[in-house]
Amino acid sequence: MSAPTLRASAMKVLIAGGFGVGKTTLVGSVSEIAPLRTEEMITALSVDVDDLEGVEDKTTTTVALDFGRITINPTLILYLFGTPGQERFWFLWDELARGALGAVVLADTRRLADSFASVDFFERRGIPFVLGVNCFDGKMKYGLEEVRSALDLDQNVPILACDVRRRESSKQVLITLLEHLIRTATLSAR
Amino acid sequence: MTHGRESWYDEEAGPLVRPYALTRGRTRSDRYQLDMITLMLAVKSGMAAMAPEYLEILRICRRPTSVAEVAAGLDLPLAVLKVLAGDLIEEGYLIYRTQQAETDKDVDTLREVLDGIRKL
Repeated sequence: MSAPTLRASAMKVLIAGGFGVGKTTLVGSVSEIAPLRTEEMITALSVDVDDLEGVEDKTTTTVALDFGRITINPTLILYLFGTPGQERFWFLWDELARGALGAVVLADTRRLADSFASVDFFERRGIPFVLGVNCFDGKMKYGLEEVRSALDLDQNVPILACDVRRRESSKQVLITLLEHLIRTATLSAR
Repeated sequence: MTHGRESWYDEEAGPLVRPYALTRGRTRSDRYQLDMITLMLAVKSGMAAMAPEYLEILRICRRPTSVAEVAAGLDLPLAVLKVLAGDLIEEGYLIYRTQQAETDKDVDTLREVLDGIRKL
């Protein structure tokens, strides 16, 4: 008898943006499970130091990650991870971002500056992303192109308005991301 | 964790320190390079003598489940869960699969994901 094998594989998409912009709401509206929370213990010095053995008295903190799950088919599972909002946990983003298909950056036009950090992070690492402008009250203070220029977003980064409390709207954000990823992958394969 | 500030708890803090006792102080969990979305699947039933945390991991992993999901289900920090899962892998109770990022981002897979999201 051959050894059992695990055929299923998992992928992840990151949901980023400022504190309170609706990351966990987006995850919850499309996830097949209520958003889960897991805690990662972080040692302050783990930023650049790989080997902590022998290092004994460092500050340890925990950071909470919220995530959801979408079973695409029996062998493919997609996880949506909300990135921690606090900038001091950025070093965790690198582990989060490793191997991610892409990202959604959520923005709130009342607090656009809160999205700068996320946009910058994904641009620097060459991780493809889309920008979702979350409209809590159905109204937007600025037009999408104004948001694009305020954030200095590249023309090829898709931008769309959304209401992440609505499942269909959150789905549309993810569909836009996947279409963007396919376009990017197709172009780079040529 | 071996930093010297743990003396504030006494034995009644059992439930709190228990996961750390199970890991017997091991915090390095890179034996198998498990990451948050590494999928794990139970391939053997646990034995009654095992610590409940191990049995619970095996129960959750009756279908392929990620490291992050199991950690959340058991309310354990990721680092602790990785150590315990590593024990089960070593003993042949669990098999696992970590994504190879590059090979899995091909256009066909992306289209599969897109189709799946459209059908939600």
